[in-house]
Amino acid sequence: MAGLFSANAWNKVWIYRGTFLMGLKNTVISAGFGLLLSLCIGIVLGLFATSEKKPLAAVARVYVELVQNTPLLLQMCFLYYALAFSGHGLGILLTGVLSLGIYHGAYVAEVVRAGIEAVPKGQFEAAFSQGFGYLGRMYYIILPQSIKVILPPMVNQVVNIFKNTSCLYIVGGADLISTTYSFVTGENTGGAYAPAYLISGLLFFIVCCPLSSLASMWEISLKRREDRSGRTDRKRSERVA
Amino acid sequence: MDTIRGSLSIITNGAVLLYLLKGVAFTVIISLTAVVIGLLFGSVLALLRNYCNGRKTRVFKWLAVAYIEIFRNTPLLLWIFVCLVFCPCPEFLGRKMWGLSSAEIKLLFKTAVALILFTSSVIAEIVRGGLNSVAEGQFEAGHSQGFGTVQIMIYIVLPQAYRNIVPTLLSQVITTIKDSSYLANVATIELMARVKKILSSAQKYNGLGTVNVSDVFVLFGFACLIYFAINFTISFFVRNMQKKRKRVVPVRGATG
Repeated sequence: MAGLFSANAWNKVWIYRGTFLMGLKNTVISAGFGLLLSLCIGIVLGLFATSEKKPLAAVARVYVELVQNTPLLLQMCFLYYALAFSGHGLGILLTGVLSLGIYHGAYVAEVVRAGIEAVPKGQFEAAFSQGFGYLGRMYYIILPQSIKVILPPMVNQVVNIFKNTSCLYIVGGADLISTTYSFVTGENTGGAYAPAYLISGLLFFIVCCPLSSLASMWEISLKRREDRSGRTDRKRSERVA
Repeated sequence: MDTIRGSLSIITNGAVLLYLLKGVAFTVIISLTAVVIGLLFGSVLALLRNYCNGRKTRVFKWLAVAYIEIFRNTPLLLWIFVCLVFCPCPEFLGRKMWGLSSAEIKLLFKTAVALILFTSSVIAEIVRGGLNSVAEGQFEAGHSQGFGTVQIMIYIVLPQAYRNIVPTLLSQVITTIKDSSYLANVATIELMARVKKILSSAQKYNGLGTVNVSDVFVLFGFACLIYFAINFTISFFVRNMQKKRKRVVPVRGATG
């Protein structure tokens, strides 16, 4: 099993633990800044998609379709090589942050759109009738109601963006998976396949598992609460009838 | 202008185009295989996770939970690398097939295994969602008609569950087609990898002796276009299907 039970291989991993930590650091950095960028893109496009102005909605639609229907790997390569060959190379991490932000921005936009659309239409009309402007309406009326619909899938996006940092491998990689791979294939460090993969898998699992469990439990409890309130609503209306 | 014309001549070159289109075929075949096998394996996992609650069978439930959670919470690329080292490859695959060398066939097999393992964990969760959406009364009705548990599963619950998850499964096909581009990291079999390979030797094909920005745009643009065409068609179908279902569901609710 390529060194799963060899003390020597584990020892090697321990000696080079800095490699793994550096990879983890890069992964966290690119995921974190990528998430920030994707939030900026996603919120703006989500608002575009739900606005009444047709051109803005069209812009959001086109962006989401274009980005969601092509692989992240391709987008990252495209960005990296286009910048590199035109002499404006940005470096691996920055390219990674940009393309992760662009890709996940489309998903965040869909999440935000779904959240806003989950708010009943009467709320918009009520806010409008009370003289709220666009921002006031969104901030005081719509956001507090849609946030609980938005947050669980958003946590899932965090998990996905964290896993997708492995795409950096194709542009030269500094993330956890890439450093692990260069560790196991390196001249001095090579061979400790099983321990190295186990460690990097474990690091991913430790970060992602709590988050994805949180997201799914949150979603289930939200759905249950909705079902319950839906049922009481129905009962009330039956009583009235 | 010359550089753009040179770049365009790459993809109008018959041999290159054929090479890329074969890559498209491999992308589609690999993804569909992964989804089909993933559906079988994923269904087994979902059934184990949902219904093995007896004292003796509980161990299978926890195995399924462990499998699903482990694969869902680690990146696909890790599994591709793991399979490259640890996945055994049957002997009869070590020969030339479909215009690939024997080494490439082995790579294809190993990476496809990784993709299948990864996809089946995702599909298991989708199937589980479908199973949970089947009303509890269906089980009771089945039992009252004298069906055994296995029969209830096969004749009553699974057909309804699959029906409910068709749109989600089709979306998963899109995701898998996108995920199959990860194979480009290790082998030159599918579209993404082939585009990258052509780009790395673009100077040979564009007649200019150098790789230019326009080559990047033309080649990756071409790949984007193909991925977009395939995926957009599927997502278009999915959206139509969901629209139709929304119209149908209340009727079904009213009658049943």
